[in-house]
Amino acid sequence: MNNPQLDADGRLRHLLSIEGLPKRILNQILDTAESFVGVAEREVKKVPLLRGKTVCNLFFENSTRTRTTFEIAAKRLSADVISLNVNTSSQSKGETILDTVDNLIAMHADMFVVRHSQSGAAHFIAKHVPDHIHVINAGDGRHSHPTQGLLDMFTIRKYKPDLHNLRVAIVGDVLHSRVARSEIHALTTLGVPEVRVIAPKTLLPTQVEKLGVHVFHDMKAGLKDVDVVMMLRLQNERMNGAMLPSAQEYFKTYGLTQDKLNLAKPDAIVLHPGPMNRGVEIDSSVADGSQSVILPQVTYGIAVRMAVMAMLAGGQNSGSQAGSQA
Amino acid sequence: MTSKNISLPNAEDLLKTLAQKLQPLLQANTALVGIQSGGVWLMQKLLVLLEKDIAANAIEHGTLDVSFYRDDYEKRGLKAENRPSQIPFDVENKHIILIDDVFYTGRTTRAAMNELFDYGRPASITLVTMVNRGGRELPIAPQITAIDIFLDASQNLQLIQNQNGNLSLELQSKSGTANSGNHV
Repeated sequence: MNNPQLDADGRLRHLLSIEGLPKRILNQILDTAESFVGVAEREVKKVPLLRGKTVCNLFFENSTRTRTTFEIAAKRLSADVISLNVNTSSQSKGETILDTVDNLIAMHADMFVVRHSQSGAAHFIAKHVPDHIHVINAGDGRHSHPTQGLLDMFTIRKYKPDLHNLRVAIVGDVLHSRVARSEIHALTTLGVPEVRVIAPKTLLPTQVEKLGVHVFHDMKAGLKDVDVVMMLRLQNERMNGAMLPSAQEYFKTYGLTQDKLNLAKPDAIVLHPGPMNRGVEIDSSVADGSQSVILPQVTYGIAVRMAVMAMLAGGQNSGSQAGSQA
Repeated sequence: MTSKNISLPNAEDLLKTLAQKLQPLLQANTALVGIQSGGVWLMQKLLVLLEKDIAANAIEHGTLDVSFYRDDYEKRGLKAENRPSQIPFDVENKHIILIDDVFYTGRTTRAAMNELFDYGRPASITLVTMVNRGGRELPIAPQITAIDIFLDASQNLQLIQNQNGNLSLELQSKSGTANSGNHV
């Protein structure tokens, strides 16, 4: 099957989901991101890679942090950035997604970063745009949030370099989480041998085992001896339905406290994609504790997004020369 | 000179020549910067040779991978393996000795200078290359080289490091035949 994310030479053309990307590409993104971490510590926090290019942040759904980190990433690559909150602009006047995109292409945008509440929105746009334009999925519905998955992998690799020897637990609302899906695909593709999901039955997709994970409903059993705990955000709107009794009840059973964390390995790290609900899925003392790598995740997220943009923009018509001297 | 019959000099000998020429330039405020990959190998070997003659004081040094600064990035993209630039000292007011293996068009040097300036404002930059192969396309030239070998555009001269860490020069023509200069 034709993979819309790769070009004919197997290079990254769009980043739409972790699913369907070979290990080689994931590793290349993570390795490239290593080179960008240091850029933020320089006198001039910029490299000229995307100089003269226009990156368009197309947010049909609000997300301040994701939009901001993409914006910073693009600017550190010297691109010009336009951020559009589409739900507050033309769409409310009735313009279709593709009309919005076509208008931005007519303004010579080179890259789209797309966030949408509907699964598949980024794929839809990627199928529509001409060859020289690249699309990055910044989260679509319940489907995928690939840069979050990648920055989580980058963070884990920083603290636990040997991925082939890890036990990882993903805790919380897996059912509604595009982050969880991206994390599971990334972890299994990169060869992490044991991935667990811990959640009440009501917050797990049916047949989640088919993704290659071990299912736990009891948090204490699930956290036993894990190296990495990846918390998910509990979306407040889920509280209203029949899925959960109450926030307090949820915290008691599935909230990460230091007591529960002590069941994991002593050097286990804790990740959270943000924004956190303190006292719902995670206790403040854990979020701010010594095992938390939640803020490094944010910092590394910029380097990872720079790497993705850099790989999309570079090598478009190469393959001809490989000489290294000049 | 044609690619077929050229006899390449011994890279380890050239290295000693470079070290001798470089020695007088060293001052308290000097730092070495190697350009990946060949320039970094050279720098590491030069450090050993140069530090022998300097009492106790180690020379500050760093490495650059100029991929993100190249003028042909859009065409070439990233190499499969690209290493972070590491400049662990303050570039401000340093006399930088920039080291590369082969000088050709000058475009790598331009990219390296642009990158260096993003770390700070050096007092000076001196370009040192093992070989100047001719063919520059910019008003940039090395101040110190061990040898000039003029080659035409169909030839590719590369510095190679073998498993034992020994350096040698290798010439490849477009037809792909290699002529190693290990033992001239």
